Amino acid sequence: MAQTVPVLEMQGISKRFAGVQALQNVSLEVGRGEVVALIGENGAGKSTLMKILGGVHQPDAGEIRINGQPTVIRGVSDAIKAGVSFIHQELNVLDNLDAAGNVFLGREPLTGGPLRLVDRARMREEAQPYLDRLGLGIAADTPLDRLSLAQQQMVEIAKALSLNAQILIMDEPTSSLTLAETERLIHVVQDLRAHGVSIVYISHRLGEVKTLADRVVGLRDGKNAGGLSKEEITHERMVKLMVGRDLEKFQAAPPEAGRAVRLSVRGLRTRRYPDREVSFDIHGGEILGMAGLVGAGRSEVAQAIFGVDAPLGGALTLDGQALTVRSAQDAIRHGIYLAPEDRRRSGVIVDMSIRDNITLPALGRYATGGLIRRGAEERGAEEASRSLRVKAPTTDFLVRNLSGGNQQKVVLAKWLSLGPKVLIFDEPTRGIDVGAKAEIYDLMRGLAKEGVALLMISSDMEEVLNLSDRVAVMHEGRISGFLSRQEASEESIMQLAVGGAGKGTR
Amino acid sequence: MINQETSQGEKGQNTPRLPGPETRRLPLGNARKELGIFGLLVVLCLFTGIRNPQFFGVYNLQDLARLVGIYGIFSIGAGIVIITGGIDLSVGSVFALEGVLAAMMLDESHWPALLAVIACLAVTMGLGLFHGLLITRVPLQPFIVTLCGLLFYRGLARFIANDQTKGFGSGEGFEGLMNLATGKLLGVPAPFIVMIVIAVIMWIVLHRSIYGRYLYAVGRNEEAARYSGINSQRVIASAYVVSGALAGITGLLLAFYTNSISPSSHGNSYELYGIAAAVLGGCSLRGGEGSIIGILIGTALLQVLQNLVNLLGIPSSLNFAVVGAVILLGVITDEVIKRRSARKVKA
Repeated sequence: MAQTVPVLEMQGISKRFAGVQALQNVSLEVGRGEVVALIGENGAGKSTLMKILGGVHQPDAGEIRINGQPTVIRGVSDAIKAGVSFIHQELNVLDNLDAAGNVFLGREPLTGGPLRLVDRARMREEAQPYLDRLGLGIAADTPLDRLSLAQQQMVEIAKALSLNAQILIMDEPTSSLTLAETERLIHVVQDLRAHGVSIVYISHRLGEVKTLADRVVGLRDGKNAGGLSKEEITHERMVKLMVGRDLEKFQAAPPEAGRAVRLSVRGLRTRRYPDREVSFDIHGGEILGMAGLVGAGRSEVAQAIFGVDAPLGGALTLDGQALTVRSAQDAIRHGIYLAPEDRRRSGVIVDMSIRDNITLPALGRYATGGLIRRGAEERGAEEASRSLRVKAPTTDFLVRNLSGGNQQKVVLAKWLSLGPKVLIFDEPTRGIDVGAKAEIYDLMRGLAKEGVALLMISSDMEEVLNLSDRVAVMHEGRISGFLSRQEASEESIMQLAVGGAGKGTR
Repeated sequence: MINQETSQGEKGQNTPRLPGPETRRLPLGNARKELGIFGLLVVLCLFTGIRNPQFFGVYNLQDLARLVGIYGIFSIGAGIVIITGGIDLSVGSVFALEGVLAAMMLDESHWPALLAVIACLAVTMGLGLFHGLLITRVPLQPFIVTLCGLLFYRGLARFIANDQTKGFGSGEGFEGLMNLATGKLLGVPAPFIVMIVIAVIMWIVLHRSIYGRYLYAVGRNEEAARYSGINSQRVIASAYVVSGALAGITGLLLAFYTNSISPSSHGNSYELYGIAAAVLGGCSLRGGEGSIIGILIGTALLQVLQNLVNLLGIPSSLNFAVVGAVILLGVITDEVIKRRSARKVKA
């Protein structure tokens, strides 16, 4: 491979966004029929680099060579012409069309008349071989909305094949697939590689990377962080490559014995899994981690307890008192709060000020006769914002202009001033940079120390292992097992997450 | 995407900017936006006044004030609904229905004035509640619900009135009510005074009360508002009741003012004037933006435009064209200013 010209060479790529150096002098090389895994933490620059290759962004500096030829990629169509296809994390399929319509979107075969009508029969006929090649046992005229997510993704790959892609970029392709579907995808990728397609594979799932990758390239803070050859790929070395140091395990204070049960959940059923029941307890001062694959029903449990999606059945007990939660107002009145997964959509109102966001659930405290006392409101927001160290010049600042970490702090400031009894975190640090992450973790530990019961849903394995006093693992709508701090490991959690036996409550 | 987000973020962290103009608090709320449209209003007044000095005549100004009063009241209602991200298209037809009912109660059946007023307001608020419930409980889109209202109430008004024009005659027995629409206090037309009272109340409600904050929150991000413990369905539905109440008050004033309610044309397309006033005054149809002051300036601007067409001898057939063009210009200017200030923030 070293002798022949690489299919793709990216050299000295730099890119700046509004005052931030997203990429600095980054290089990447991919040989023919090679699977290169691109790894790094959120914000390390993986997606930016691939978006430059895919024609979504233009680099400020650097050169791209494809098959040794310097190539300028000014847009997505240039990239396609150069043989680069991009399978995005969020699928780009139109579910009102059939599979063939998606494969040939924008270059449909025409009947040749002046009306430029689409020759549907020919389109289906031509699309079928690509679908078959992926072992996708579906007809080309199947409407997309009848396919599973994994099948839709395959249709996207079929589209890439029909475009004669020689370089395929896959950005977190397995993030919403089940285990069996992931296996299938891995086979497809291996098959493509055998046919000489080069693949850049972005994934946070290090197990997959280990199985698939011929080589690993690490990015850190927008710079090359080094690489690993096939033989060198181990979990530890990959983590080190991403983080730049060995992760030390957080030394938890031994959980204090004899803490009373704060929140008890029995037989909770959610709309997503109406016939599965979830039961667990959280003690005051405990952080209960909740692990599981995407789609296992964890967020639904959180939303049911918080009342935004009222549960179908089950009982909640708070400090020994039975509790009825029909809406978020009910939960909030009882001191149960949620820091939701999609912050910008449900956690904060980005076009309102920090102050307005923080005081929104507590306006009653700052009002007389329904009218807001603005001085009191200002002081309350100021104090909450300062105690959480939200980085902004004033509380008049729009939340839109804050970083993910600071937005999360605004969400927390909102709840902390109300005196939480139970705080549910759904992916507490998603999209948050390393520094702010540490601050959020400190906050969470501090809250636990004060006796708050914390439920932490997280897909970030390090986070689950480092913070949880106990781990509940969910699989397809039920808890497949609980692990103590000592029992919890990446392996034991994965075992339960994919449905392995455990001491589950059913 | 991801990178742009983090880039913004790090910027916010490392180099905290001073609050931009859009985040600074002014005594009258977010007054920067209103300033531009107020300037336009002043310019139009001066322009008209210079071209035709009659503009500043007492009679003309009184007339103008009366119309601004009548239009202003329901435009505030239109604005409140728009702030929640909705729209109310039914207002004009509600005027027709209410006018017909009022004339039949007072002039034909001789109900006591107070009872008739209460009945009329109950009807319009009831219709508002009906819209609000359809929008939040079914749920249906506000445009569709109130469009059906626009058609239905117009038809109902014509049917009830047998397509006959109704009126109040000399207003015997309810002169006080008539006076609210046609009278003056110290030379100021009564509807203008009514509007000022309502505007002050609504200003406090919208800009100073918990309920007002909820209206904005729900309009900007309904889901996040719900996740903060706001009963967003109730807040949204209530906005249509408020709109119904203000439309009810306007409907009575308008009926007495015209004293001739032809069910097929009374109040026709008034809903659009309300929406236009709100949008000109800074309400965004996406919800979450707008102010009482802005809506009132928008209302005044529309009335001055109509007045300008009359006073400057522009063919009255061009009336709508002039109004449409000015609204478009106003909205374009606003958008350009917004884009420019957004760019300044980014740079």
